[in-house]
This record gives sequence, structure tokens and C-alpha cells, in this order.
Amino acid sequence: MRSVVCLKVVPRPEEVRVNLEAKTLERSGVRSVINPADLNALETALAIRDRYGGRVTVLSMGPPSFEPYLRVAIAVGADEAVLLSDRAFGGADTLATSYTLAQGIQAIGGADLVLCGDESSDGGTSQVPQGIAEWLDAAQATYVDRLEVPREGILRARRLLEDGTETLEVSLPAVVSVLGGANEVRFIDYDRWAMAEQASIRVIDAVELGADRASLGLPGSPTVVAGLREVRKPGRRHEVLTLEPGVAAARLAEELRRLGVART
Amino acid sequence: MTAPGAVWVYAERHGDSFPPVSLEILGHARSVADALGTKLVALTVGADGAPARSLARYGADEVVTVEHPLLERYDTKLFTDLLESELRPADPSVLLLGATRNGQDLAGRLAVRLRTGLTAHVTSLEVDREKHLVGWVPGFGGGIEAGVVCPNRRPAIVTVRPGVFPTPEPRGSSTAVRVVRPTLDETSFGSRRVAFEPKGFSVDLTRSEVLVVGGRGTDGDFGRLQRLAHCIGGEVGATRVATDSGWVERERMIGQTGVVTRPKVAVILGASGAVQFTVGIEKAGFVIAVNRDPDAPIFEAADLGIVGDLGPIVDKLVEALGEA
Repeated sequence: MRSVVCLKVVPRPEEVRVNLEAKTLERSGVRSVINPADLNALETALAIRDRYGGRVTVLSMGPPSFEPYLRVAIAVGADEAVLLSDRAFGGADTLATSYTLAQGIQAIGGADLVLCGDESSDGGTSQVPQGIAEWLDAAQATYVDRLEVPREGILRARRLLEDGTETLEVSLPAVVSVLGGANEVRFIDYDRWAMAEQASIRVIDAVELGADRASLGLPGSPTVVAGLREVRKPGRRHEVLTLEPGVAAARLAEELRRLGVART
Repeated sequence: MTAPGAVWVYAERHGDSFPPVSLEILGHARSVADALGTKLVALTVGADGAPARSLARYGADEVVTVEHPLLERYDTKLFTDLLESELRPADPSVLLLGATRNGQDLAGRLAVRLRTGLTAHVTSLEVDREKHLVGWVPGFGGGIEAGVVCPNRRPAIVTVRPGVFPTPEPRGSSTAVRVVRPTLDETSFGSRRVAFEPKGFSVDLTRSEVLVVGGRGTDGDFGRLQRLAHCIGGEVGATRVATDSGWVERERMIGQTGVVTRPKVAVILGASGAVQFTVGIEKAGFVIAVNRDPDAPIFEAADLGIVGDLGPIVDKLVEALGEA
């Protein structure tokens, strides 16, 4: 089983500042993390490899500064890492991002199984996995919390839906989006750390990718951010009190009765 | 056949009924179609046609129902193929879907099939001066939202969060229904369903009038929240941290990745107030927040804030409400 896990490096949301006049996000000095749900996807891939054998490649798209995050994924257990890095990839929306990642997967020889997190924490759309599946003409299973290979070439996935839990079987190759929090991600293996630091990370640029230039980055992105604005906050009373628990409880009880939701 | 450029709404079905979001977006899409000066078409896919006829009373100019006995369940490949074959000849300007799990499963695949743009999880819709649909997406870390347009390709595909638009009332008059009967067999499916366990009970927080919501600061003690909710006739909701920690079911998640609620009263306990969460309570009538940290941003989103330890406060509050 050859698996590719797509990892996104995202800014810590609480550290991003917005410049409303320039309508830009100020990311300088902001620390980043691997998108949490993508770590659940990595753990799923490692568990599949532990059970059925095979190889796990982590794949990301971004600047060379993302390399240390890929080394973390190797230290956790991935066999190798690939970074798609080129200015031509910048400014991509879901269409161009899914295209670039799909091209990257093909450039490294394809995959039986592609795993992604179900959504990214930085205002992500949770639409990239489905897009990759379409570009690769592969089966898909989204919002998955459990995965197994019951027979050769068949993937069984459990999806959590609003009205129930669905278990599907699809033929490989397939793309799966793994629910954030679906599993407990193993710790970094410190015996692997030195190896991860030394590991060579393959960097693929637009030329090597051999992709259709018009489908990459900004030119390949049909959606455009036309404006940023402050979230319209409803007028709130903003009464903030520091009170002893007993006094606070009495005050809250009074308020809830006034609002007509507590028995009087 | 409706002229090109119409607004289409995909009304997802759960068996014979429509989840609320299907009707919410259909109700709101009427004003979008009017602003764009075009027709409104509702599209639904299922095993039989009766639900489609009920859909015809929610303001669309045309209802298209794709029917076949095998269409009892959603399948990515099959539904993508079916929608593609309806949408390509019709050439709509906009396609709206509910941001449910299967709605997003379909939207993401269909957008690439049609090589068009997709705006996900919008919480409001506007039509700008150039007659482009603007979908507003909250997030980006700091109390802002981005307006996204898809000016040069169509349809502009947009998924809308459940609960952001009110449920419309059915009207007396009903629209013409066009029935499409595709030829299908088992090979039309991309997946095989080997099991389905319906939820034994289901909670829909978008319908709750009173909510008691817990975050990280509850340390997982949702029994305490349940007691308070019981006292004031409310349902329990949670932040993403709380559902990801397994403290409470995922369907109780409120916010950008959960549901947008509009209760009369929301009591928020131990949630810091990240914008990804507060977007889910901003339509609440009255917001009460309890948090240990006086600088927590949740107080910016609250009518009444109490700085203190939620454990003893909630216990005494339950006591006070129980006594009366």
C-alpha cells in the first residue's frame, strides 16, 4: 500500500493580525503548525502501514520554510517527504491547490491511497480532498474516522454524517479525508529524530511538475477575494462583572428569570 | 428548460425529507435570483418524486427532480455524474448547496469536474454592483470575514452553513416539476454501502431556543452543563476543542465548522471566544459568558459576562434555579 498524506502548514490562528485598511493578513512573526486534522490523516496512514505494510510519503505545497514541518512528520513515522515549492503555486484557491497536489502525487509515481485532514484550521474550505480525487479520477470517502483494507484493492471507510454513520467500500486508488480528532496521533519517535534531521526532502518546482501553467496558483484560481471586513458584531451590552460564585449565581439566576427561561 | 444564467439550488434529501438547510437556502435564493434578475431552479435527487412536489412550494420558478429507485442513498460518483448532466446544458450562473457533510462531499468534487470556483461555508450572501454573487466566509483568525466572488467561470458554486438563513414558510401556489429519469444500474455507483447506523437520537441546535455551551475551561465536565441546561430548558452545545476532546458528541459543535445557532439565550461557559466559535452564536438574542480570564475575547461577544470559576458558579446557579 503506497500512501500519500497531504500536510498543510497553517499559521496559528490566534497570532494572525488583520490590516483592514490594506485588506491583508499580517503573517510576519506568526508561528505556524501542521494543520491538526492532517496529523490525524498521518496517523491513519501510519496505522494502515503498520497493519498492511507499504510506504507513507508526506506531501506539502509551500515555501522552503515548510521543510522543518515535513521533518517532524518523518520523525513521527513517515518514510519520506516531498515539497511542492514554486512562486507559481502561490495564491491558489481550492481548484488550483487540488490540481497542484494531484500533479505532485502523479509526479512521485502515484498512490494507492491519498489521505488529507477533513479541513484546515486557517479558514479552510474542506474541499481540497474531493478536488484531488476528481483530478486523479479516484474514488473518495470524506469525513472518515475509521479505515481498513478488507480485501486486496478494496478500502472500507466509516463516515460520520449528520443523520448517522455510514460504512462504504470503494476500490483503490482512493482519496480519504480524515476527521480532525479521529485518532490519537503518536508522539515523535526520538530515535528517528536524527534521521529526520538528515533526511533529504525532495523539492519539486513548476518546471519539474510539468503541469499546465494556467491551472496553477493565481491564474488557475477562479475565485477571488473581493473584500475583507470586520465581522458584523451584534450590539451587545458588554457588562462584565467579577463576582464571588454565590453572588455571580444570584445575578445570573435573576437575568435568566428576566429572560423568561428559568422557572420563577 | 430554464434559460442560462439561472440560480440553482441543490436540495439535499435525507430519504423522504429535506434537512432544514435545503429549505433555508432555497428560501434565501429567491432574493439572490431576483437581485441577479434571473430564474430560480431547485434540483433534487432521490428514489421517488413525492418530496420534490413539496419542494415546489418554496418559491422556485422550476423544480427538477432526478428520480430512480436506486437513488435511495447518496453516492459521490453517481451524484456528481447526475448533477453534471443537468448543469452542463442548463449553464446556471450560481449553484448553492447546504454545507452538510454530503453537500460538501459533492460540491468539492463537482467544482473540479466543472472546472469552476467554489466558496465554502458562507454565512451570508450578497450581489455586488457587477452582479456577481459575493459569499462571505468568516474566519482568518481575527474577527474578519472575506467576501469571495467567482467572476469568470460558472456556475459559482457556494456551500452555505446550516442555520444562517431562516426556514421559509411554504406557499399556496406550487411550481411546475420537471422529472428526469436516468438509466442506472449498480455500475453507476462509485461505492458500495456495507452498513448504515442511523443516529438513535439526533439533536439540531439550530432549532434550540436556549443553549448552554462549554469550551476548554469546562475541563470536560459536561454533566454540570447538562444540569444547568435541564434547569432552563436548554440544549448543550460545545466548542471545537470540547468535541475534538471527545467530551461531547460532534453534532453539538457550534461555530464555523459546526452549526450556526440563533437561540433566545446562550450561556457560554469556559470558551475563550475565538471567532471560529463566536460566528456560531452571533445571532443569539442574549449571550451570557463565564470565563476565568478577564481578557478572554468571549466577553466582547457577550451581553453579560462573569469573570470567575465556572464550576462553583454553575453549581450555585443550578441550586438557585432549583430552589425557586
